[in-house]
Amino acid sequence: MTHPATSPTINIEIDIASENSFVIYFGDRHSTSISAQVSSQIAATAQHIKSSLGGCLVDLVSSYASLLVIYNSLQHDHLWVRHQLQQVLNTAIEQQQDPSKLIQLPVFYSPQYGPELPLLARNAGLSLDQIIDLHCATQYRVYAIGFAPGFAYLGEVDPRLATARLATPRLKVPAGAVAIADRQTAVYPAQSPGGWNLIGLCPTPMFNAEQQTHMPVAVGDRVQFYAIDQQQYLDLGGELHEF
Amino acid sequence: MSFNVVQPGLLSTLQDLGRFGQHSVGLTTGGPLDTEAFAWANRILHNPANACAIELSFGGLHLRAQSQTYICVTGATLDLTINGQTKQLWCSHKVAEGDDIKLGYSQQGCRSYIAVAGGFTITPSFGSTSTVVREKIGGLNGLKLAANDQLPCAQTTELKRQALAMEHWPNYTKNDATSCTKLRLVPGYQYPWFDPSAQLRFFHNQYQVTDRSDRMGMRLNGPDVSCATQSMLSEGICLGAVQIPADGQPIVLLNDRQTIGGYPKIGSVIAIDTAKLAQLRPGNLVHFEAIDLYQAHTINTLAKLKFNATELLEISPRSRSHHD
Repeated sequence: MTHPATSPTINIEIDIASENSFVIYFGDRHSTSISAQVSSQIAATAQHIKSSLGGCLVDLVSSYASLLVIYNSLQHDHLWVRHQLQQVLNTAIEQQQDPSKLIQLPVFYSPQYGPELPLLARNAGLSLDQIIDLHCATQYRVYAIGFAPGFAYLGEVDPRLATARLATPRLKVPAGAVAIADRQTAVYPAQSPGGWNLIGLCPTPMFNAEQQTHMPVAVGDRVQFYAIDQQQYLDLGGELHEF
Repeated sequence: MSFNVVQPGLLSTLQDLGRFGQHSVGLTTGGPLDTEAFAWANRILHNPANACAIELSFGGLHLRAQSQTYICVTGATLDLTINGQTKQLWCSHKVAEGDDIKLGYSQQGCRSYIAVAGGFTITPSFGSTSTVVREKIGGLNGLKLAANDQLPCAQTTELKRQALAMEHWPNYTKNDATSCTKLRLVPGYQYPWFDPSAQLRFFHNQYQVTDRSDRMGMRLNGPDVSCATQSMLSEGICLGAVQIPADGQPIVLLNDRQTIGGYPKIGSVIAIDTAKLAQLRPGNLVHFEAIDLYQAHTINTLAKLKFNATELLEISPRSRSHHD
């Protein structure tokens, strides 16, 4: 929960993205630092925009410091849409509420199935258990969803865990792989190529096309990992693949 | 009640108008690259605008009808035959069980559409039947068409046949053409980040379509318009966004684009012109023209009015020979 009286004002600007979309920037758009406060404001604003634009809204993309709003330009023109967005921004700032929920995800941390776990330990000068404890200690925020269906960008990991992407991406990263790139962490929803550092496996499906709720998390939610052993991982439906 | 795929062609996919409202789980839109040709194919068959049809890239599709129905082929110029007999594009044709429907390789343009009366009856995923191969979503198990696929559809025994008069057919660029296609672009996103000389170079030069182009995006080759600022947070990418990576070569993002990305974008090409771009082939030339939102709104409104006001020719059984 953020209160306007206690939080610094975030500069918000509406810009043109295309013939039928606006991009709303939160904060200094030249900055590459990320902020939980900004993310929370984006999540709240997105909810307001959905009700404000109604059937004219085609799609929304929430990201680290921006919100892309795609609208039906034959239903309402850009002047009307920009006006609606400005109204939302004027009111959303006053009524700001953090709609996030906390999701706990189990991880089977293992040097065998998370081959970069020893690398992280060496880089940080810590034991494997200390690395695992650090990864589990933080409540991460879902900053963006993209790259692939169900891929949630979580941040930020403890600086001691920050690790650059692999010089050569793997052709196959297994579904459920828990990974780190710079100060971000994620669970690969499906097998795909990928260059992130792998530290373990999560048995919780991150994307399910068949179920009503396709993803356990949404942008703005918080995620915390907890460690499980191999047997618990298998009991929860996890699968083991050789590298 | 279906069609059997005998030869799938290079890249044939089932598409409806696209998947909307699913960016929050990371799904892109998909849908036909040339929405105009797609819309005509369905309208000629009296179909709803969102009916599921096949998009072909470069042609080469061979289907066998397993039931009586009507078909229509629009888009890139190619040879259409039913049981070896040449048939007109932009026109509906009756087919019966066992008929061989062959679409040759595209001669002018690149994307063609074959629609069937009532549309292919495919179960939608996330509200759409559009195939996005990269996401393994839509169509038949998220895949492009393959030999022996069965494409279900309803049987249609009676349908008023229609055709689009030739004067209304779009002009697709000849493959050897030196002509340059105009892409109208709304400057936006990081436009002010590009220095004025890069902006001038972008709007005053021709760019060539390269062979590294697909349903995600068209990579162009031409004068460098690189942006001084390369480091930015990933943000949502819309249809037509022109992304400029460090090498300064523009990529126009199309229907199967990733939903977020972190390259600077100079603006976005309007959808009417991404449709034209998608009909080009490697080697064809384009240039960009800046327009504002008022002009874009006028262009889109007029295009819609024109589509609605254009009357189709009715084909009575007596006049068949003129249109078959």
